[in-house]
Amino acid sequence: MSTFDDPFDADRALSRSGCVCGQHRSAGEHDQAALALRCEPVPTETEQQRYEGVVASAVMRAMFPRDAARRAFLKSVGASTALAAISQFFPIKTATEVFAEAGAPEKKDLKVGFIPITCATPIIMASPLGFYAKQGLNVEVVKTAGWAVVRDKTINKEYDAAHMLAPMPIAISLGLGAQAIPFAVPAIENINGQGITLAMKHKDKRDPKDWKGMKFAIPFDYSMHNYLLRYYLAEHGLDPDTDVQLRSVPPPEMVANLRADNIDGFLAPDNICQRAIYDGVGFMHILSKEIWDGHPCCSFAASREFITGSPNSFAALTRAILDATAYASKAENRKQIAEAIAPANYINAPVTVLEQVLTGTYADGLGGVKTDAKRVDFDPFPWQSFAVWMLTQMKRWGQIKGDVDYKAVAEQVYLATDTRKTMTEMGLAPPASSYKSFAVMGKTFDPAKPEDYLNSFKIRKAS
Amino acid sequence: MTASLRFRAAIVSIALFVAFLGIWHIATRGAAPVASMNPEYAKLMGLTATQGKSAMPGPLDVGAKLWEHLKRPFYDNGPNDKGLGIQLGYSIARVGLGYFLAVIVAIPLGFLIGMSPLINRALDPFIQILKPISPLAWMPLALYTIKDSGLSAIFVIFICSVWPMLLNTAFGVAAVRKEWINVARTLEVGTLRRAFTVILPAAAPTILTGMRISIGIAWLVIVAAEMLVGGTGIGYFVWNEWNNLSITNVIIAILLIGIVGMLLDQILARFTRMVTFPE
Repeated sequence: MSTFDDPFDADRALSRSGCVCGQHRSAGEHDQAALALRCEPVPTETEQQRYEGVVASAVMRAMFPRDAARRAFLKSVGASTALAAISQFFPIKTATEVFAEAGAPEKKDLKVGFIPITCATPIIMASPLGFYAKQGLNVEVVKTAGWAVVRDKTINKEYDAAHMLAPMPIAISLGLGAQAIPFAVPAIENINGQGITLAMKHKDKRDPKDWKGMKFAIPFDYSMHNYLLRYYLAEHGLDPDTDVQLRSVPPPEMVANLRADNIDGFLAPDNICQRAIYDGVGFMHILSKEIWDGHPCCSFAASREFITGSPNSFAALTRAILDATAYASKAENRKQIAEAIAPANYINAPVTVLEQVLTGTYADGLGGVKTDAKRVDFDPFPWQSFAVWMLTQMKRWGQIKGDVDYKAVAEQVYLATDTRKTMTEMGLAPPASSYKSFAVMGKTFDPAKPEDYLNSFKIRKAS
Repeated sequence: MTASLRFRAAIVSIALFVAFLGIWHIATRGAAPVASMNPEYAKLMGLTATQGKSAMPGPLDVGAKLWEHLKRPFYDNGPNDKGLGIQLGYSIARVGLGYFLAVIVAIPLGFLIGMSPLINRALDPFIQILKPISPLAWMPLALYTIKDSGLSAIFVIFICSVWPMLLNTAFGVAAVRKEWINVARTLEVGTLRRAFTVILPAAAPTILTGMRISIGIAWLVIVAAEMLVGGTGIGYFVWNEWNNLSITNVIIAILLIGIVGMLLDQILARFTRMVTFPE
């Protein structure tokens, strides 16, 4: 399901799921099996090469817009011959230079706020690994105390852009819990990467039906964590408003509260879950991936004012984030990233903890070692259907009262169209549609019928 | 006699401190290593889980870490990681600025209130309502209106240190002995001159007591304010290390906050002694 593929690859799958040969569940598994058979080292593509390929890819796609035709052409002549042939009549070198020079940023010194959790990986790592510098930006990434402070500092224009929970820009744009200021999301930071952690004393209470009366912490009211935990509890027959207590607790305080027995568990961002395990305070009940595989969590957000005021800076920033996200999406880079973001200047956590989160080989807190390479993943495309789903949940739990124009809000806040254009320019392969259907705990969500979806839930806040 | 009293007091102090360290050390020794753990699993876990190490650091851990900080107090590893010296510097600068602004506002206003019963009555309800508000309650309002977190922190310091100074100044000015003022009046001293040469010296000890209370409150509040606002300062340092659950660093920060607070208090205590006069 990667968004990042290569148009010069004749073996590229035409559909976006499964692998080319059909024998493996994903393209990644196919590649691994193929390499194992051939005994070849895993190819490492340098960033330089990818940049050189950007323009060539664009030309190639323009000449052969149909995947099947391109594939036939590549099969018959080979990728390098094809590239040489194109270079004959199209000045790829010159075009690359022109492409690189376009749109100098209006403002080079930017401030980007973040919360120290692994969801912010692309935003943080772009600084030590030089992704901002590559776009000609001098970005200072500033650690911030909590979600409300990130929101206020971004609204105050102290930060030019910031790491926000995916529903926050929607809430800010709608004026929920703050004054209404139009915000926009050019990129999703991470997908998956959260978990439900319970205190050790609940080791034998693994069935949510037994959780009546327990106290849970969530990072913020307008968070995927809140919606996912409520969804999970409601699917198991508990009303999250009356049967349990949900508390908004800043992530750093969660582990301390769990240790002090103030809460029974939390649905929290990683590294917090893994940190509770690392300190022997809690265990991993389930990964958020088991509720909804591929759910968005955090986003990269900026105000509309910044976007219209400094469009080139914003575009450069978006490119840096997309670039960093692409880098983070590759499993082989994850160890290096864990080391880069662990110091006190960034996340400030033990490297082992970050490595367990990012590589997906982790201690579950009950004595076992589990492996799930997709525990956290990075896919920047801001699907507008994500926004529609969040709006349905905001309405379901009474955060939005009255009618809401799902599509209009989603399209205004989640900049799928612009991001698609930027990704294409960068030689990444964005999906063609901005809406997709997905399943949350086995229940399919159709972005075209949000109201029906909302009405299908029995447990919801009476409005 | 006094020397021997001081000597004995010092011995008791040291004995208390050593006893405290000893109890601390014993209390945090931790349990025996947890047996039978899969080594693969143990590698992924922290020392608390694998070796039964206490989550609370012992005095030796704190001492070692403190030495590490003291060796390089002014390092700068980027916007989110600076040495303790720099962090303390930021906090002291913030407190200093907010406090200075409060002095500028509170002392003249206090004079006015103390000298004029009319103003005193008129402003009293406002002061009575504003005084008991926790300074941190101002924070969201400040962030919203000032739109700058650094200035908001300074504003919070200002608002918390203004009241004790204002009330003490007003009280000190109003309580100047009537005889002195009457003497000044008999000698036909002008209002302004009377304020500076008679009332100010007479009220100075009370005013400085108010200033001493204020600096203590300002230093208490800055830590909390910086934890909220973040970025720089000793409060941010505490928050950042809490984030990493590094209790060792939090203890060190607590120690330093105490020492700096004591120094600030001592400085003002010295000033107070300078202006005190025997009657």
